[in-house]
Amino acid sequence: MIRIENLTKQYGGTSVVDGVSMLIERNSITVIVGTSGSGKSTLLRMINRLVEPTSGRVLIEEQDTRAEPAHLLRRRIGYAIQGHGLFPHRTVAENIATVPRLLRWSAERVAARVDELLRVFQLDPALYAGAFPHELSGGQQQRVGVARALAAEPAVLLMDEPFGALDPIIRAKAQEDLLQIQDRFGTTIVLVTHDMDEAFLLGDRVGVMSEGRLLQYDRPAVLLTRPADPFVARMTGLTDRAMRLLSLTTAGEVAVPGPATGPQVPASASLREALSEIVWCGADAAQVMAADGTPRGSLTVASILAHGRPG
Amino acid sequence: MPSTAGSARGLPGVPLSAVPGGVRLDRLGTLLSLAAVAALVLLPFVVFKANRIVPGDPRGFFQALPGLLAGACALALAGTAAVAVSGARARVRLAAALIGLLALALAVAAAGSALTPPGNKVVRIAPGAAFWVLLVCLGLMATDAITRLRPSPGRRVLFLGLFLAVVVLALASGLFDQLSIMREYAVNAERFARELRQHVYLALGSLGAAVLVGLPLGIFCHRVPRVRDAILGTLNVIQTIPAIALFGILMAPLGALAAAVPLAERLGIRGIGAAPAAVALFLYSLLPIVANTVAGLKRVSHAAVEAARGMGMTNGQVLLRIELPLALPVIVTGIRVVLVQNIGMVTVAALIGGGGLGTFVFQGIGQTAIDLVLLGAIPIVVLAFSAAVLLDALVERLDRAHR
Repeated sequence: MIRIENLTKQYGGTSVVDGVSMLIERNSITVIVGTSGSGKSTLLRMINRLVEPTSGRVLIEEQDTRAEPAHLLRRRIGYAIQGHGLFPHRTVAENIATVPRLLRWSAERVAARVDELLRVFQLDPALYAGAFPHELSGGQQQRVGVARALAAEPAVLLMDEPFGALDPIIRAKAQEDLLQIQDRFGTTIVLVTHDMDEAFLLGDRVGVMSEGRLLQYDRPAVLLTRPADPFVARMTGLTDRAMRLLSLTTAGEVAVPGPATGPQVPASASLREALSEIVWCGADAAQVMAADGTPRGSLTVASILAHGRPG
Repeated sequence: MPSTAGSARGLPGVPLSAVPGGVRLDRLGTLLSLAAVAALVLLPFVVFKANRIVPGDPRGFFQALPGLLAGACALALAGTAAVAVSGARARVRLAAALIGLLALALAVAAAGSALTPPGNKVVRIAPGAAFWVLLVCLGLMATDAITRLRPSPGRRVLFLGLFLAVVVLALASGLFDQLSIMREYAVNAERFARELRQHVYLALGSLGAAVLVGLPLGIFCHRVPRVRDAILGTLNVIQTIPAIALFGILMAPLGALAAAVPLAERLGIRGIGAAPAAVALFLYSLLPIVANTVAGLKRVSHAAVEAARGMGMTNGQVLLRIELPLALPVIVTGIRVVLVQNIGMVTVAALIGGGGLGTFVFQGIGQTAIDLVLLGAIPIVVLAFSAAVLLDALVERLDRAHR
């Protein structure tokens, strides 16, 4: 658990981050979203003390982050940034091994961990361990960047616009991968982005920042249905908020067991996707199928629309 | 043939002009061949001097050489010219240029032997203008061919080593002993070794000191941008002071230091001599080292540094493991500039008693003995050239490893 208490950063009298407090639960993904200059990156960088706060404090598992030297703290916290920041003069394996080496792991343990991570990130060790970053595609570089951040098995992973430089198709894949990785390692992830879709897709909780202040910090559905501030409502999108809301619930959660008609949709699909499929096929219901192909029940347009309204 | 044939066959940047009738001419090779032929016909190949000071008596290529040898060498040179003019492959051109150089060297050696009366140590046979023009033309042809071959850095160093070994062996063989420059060398052999050593010491010593001071200074400038402009500005001003003036400026404080501190004087620190030369060279060396260190560090990807810090590297680790390795090619480029510049500039140090090969140059000028000037100047050129090739190869090697 990360507890942020009244954190403020001032540069020459201007508050870049202004009295932010928030509680980040263990094993969750928290997304901080805001326009550029909102202070979201500065807030993130104060967690691993790349930026020292003017006032306030950060506690990780109830321990003040200032209790140890900053560089030792950072070795326990994963850090991935936009444009990956890979070391161009080091191989993929050496890049991933950076923090384990700083922590003086044994050579065998480092090698085993590098091998494991390359496999998790779908990079064949035989092909990629000895490659240099410039020999990889953008998507591969980004994966190595995240693998490197996770190398020393950190409990907390900070990500600063990690997918910002990727094209939409690769970004979607990277986001999907991140959800699986979080599932697998149970890492507590704090991610900063300016992309509201990304925030809603990834965040268990989403914090909206503007001009250094945390305007609202809650579950995505709450941000949509009960925005605390006109700015939050604007950020979350006024014109398509119903569709956004639908995208937060899966077909499997709403399906009613029993006979079904209409197009087949997977249980993991969002209501938004299911509705799109129903409209496309000219039907008024869909059959929800589990991952193993067994029917899960029926999903009607009416039941979908009921989820697209506040309250 | 269509006019596109040249560009289709030639490497980029290598012009092959297409001539009606299908004959392709190499522009550079044609130009060099024309220059060489004109020089050989119009200019003296060697100059015959009754002694080392008097004006010489020019001799043409065919006058200077015994008939048979003149024909053979001329034939070899004509063959080289034919290859140069044709659009032959780089490998062939290199071989032809080397054969041409060999023929030229043999010709000048033979001219020396043929024109010197047996046992006469006073007569001087100096290579003439035609020889130097041919040497430059063949050298250009060879370097052009080597450039087109695009050898790896290691190969280039190997070429250089071979070239130097061949030159040293040829000079040691005694084949060229009748030539005026070698006569001067024979008289000054012991001093030559000493001044060569002094030249290298001065160039490398001031470079070493400049690296020791300039590297930390460059890192400091990078870390504290506020001082950067002041430091680089000061070094820039130093760079604009002419060498002679800087020697003069340094004479007073170093002389005073020697007078005040006996230890300094015992260490050889005086107003004139090697000390002011070394200090001046050191000061000149600082700007390229500091400026390139700053530029190299600036070039390092901001994201890589940010990631390194974010993952828990200390400032020292970021510098040693990330920033310096990535900046190294640019820093070594600065060192290359300094070394080549120093090798040239040490020459002037002879004026204030600093020693080095410049001693021969200025002594030769004083005595209007051009051969003595060349005895100093040619090794300086070879030293500077070798340093450039070596360090260029190093930079390329580093750049390849640190993309």
